Amino acid sequence: METKTKPKHFIDEIAAIPGGENIRLCIQCGTCTASCPNADAMDFVPSQLIAMARADLREEVLRSRGMWYCLSCYLCTVRCPRGVKITELMHTLEYLSLKEGLANVRTLTPNMYRLFNHYCSMGSLPEIWFTTRFYVQTNPLRAWRMIPVGLNLLKRGRISFKTRKLTIEGSRQLKAILDEAESLGGAK
Amino acid sequence: MNNYTFFPGCSCASEGDAKAYGWSINAVSRYLGSEFQELKDWNCCGSTPSASVDELGSYCMAARDLALAEQKGFDLVTPCSACYVILGRTNVYLKKYPALKSSITQALAAGGLKYNGTVNVRHALDVLTNDVGFDVIAAKVKKPLKGLKVAPYYGCQVVRPGFGVDHPENPKVMDELISSLGADPVPFPLKTHCCGGSLIITEEELVLGLLARILESAISNGAQCLITACPLCQMNLDAYQGKVKKKFKTNYNLPSLYFTQLMGIAFGLSGVDIGLKLGIINSEEVLANYL
Repeated sequence: METKTKPKHFIDEIAAIPGGENIRLCIQCGTCTASCPNADAMDFVPSQLIAMARADLREEVLRSRGMWYCLSCYLCTVRCPRGVKITELMHTLEYLSLKEGLANVRTLTPNMYRLFNHYCSMGSLPEIWFTTRFYVQTNPLRAWRMIPVGLNLLKRGRISFKTRKLTIEGSRQLKAILDEAESLGGAK
Repeated sequence: MNNYTFFPGCSCASEGDAKAYGWSINAVSRYLGSEFQELKDWNCCGSTPSASVDELGSYCMAARDLALAEQKGFDLVTPCSACYVILGRTNVYLKKYPALKSSITQALAAGGLKYNGTVNVRHALDVLTNDVGFDVIAAKVKKPLKGLKVAPYYGCQVVRPGFGVDHPENPKVMDELISSLGADPVPFPLKTHCCGGSLIITEEELVLGLLARILESAISNGAQCLITACPLCQMNLDAYQGKVKKKFKTNYNLPSLYFTQLMGIAFGLSGVDIGLKLGIINSEEVLANYL
């Protein structure tokens, strides 16, 4: 894979990432923001993040907590009259922000995603260990408050303490693939 | 007989919280004469969070599953809307972005795999309705669900960003399914609104508000139960309904079933085989006439 230097402008950097190419077509109509179920919780809403990206406010965008409230419901994406893939754009902003250590600290979603990926990359997500570890690490009080929900699930046989494992060959194969992906760096 | 390769995903696997979804799919597909063969040694698709942490890695996780499925030669069916979007998106991106494709191909090769891009990724809702046909479904019904009012909850990712199941905002396939089973689909304006997904873990207060709106929309339109086509939607609407009730001081009591469980009831399959008892909100009272 050829080494790529970082584009001079933030907008070029985004446009070069799969799914980001249509960002320049945005007409600031606000349909994405009006469609977003979580826009109220964002410091900067999707249309503002796009405007800021165009103004080259790279760090301000990546430090925002706006994208971390994206639910990946894709309502903005299907409604955008200009074909901007806003949901994918939010994922890309999350990715760049985590990679550069700029992720907003007023939400725990970045921590949750990182732990989620840690388990996924080993082959399977053990729901109970993932959620318990996350709550205990970030907010033990919340872990306490989750006990009734957990007990209900346990009573109905919906919690498994046994983790699904890939075969030894399967695990090795997945690891080899992901190690190679890491050495290739980034989705360009 | 139709043959498919089955990708349960972490939730619907036998270790997952939505194992009843997996069970009911097995029971219903067997009854309808379709063969769902689980993909051997599949790995987690990465879901949406992985793409935000390790972009290329997340495509590679999905690509490994696609490469394994390609060796089988059948459509790859998943009951999970998140898996459906991730696997489907990887498929589309591999065709659209040559540079990404070469990176993924190189990574797969490190694991001795190759993917030629021929796998058709399908959602179980699509396969068990459109491939089977509503006339066949209606003909197979043993216990028509006459008088039962059902809210068809699609959620987001089965219809968006849109890999062909149905209209992204006003889908009808589940409504038609409910009618074929003899029940009545209720008007449900919020049927494709978001349940909050995995943000229930970090932003519970926000997500409880989203859930309350969906439940209110279903119940105010007379729904006695709700059906979903996604393990995460079911989890949020079912296991967190108690928290919604407490926060908004309501008396909601709406059972959330997987659509395959409703099919199973109408087909006269055993409640054990379709995992009816695994619901947090008890559904047996509402369904008493049909069990």
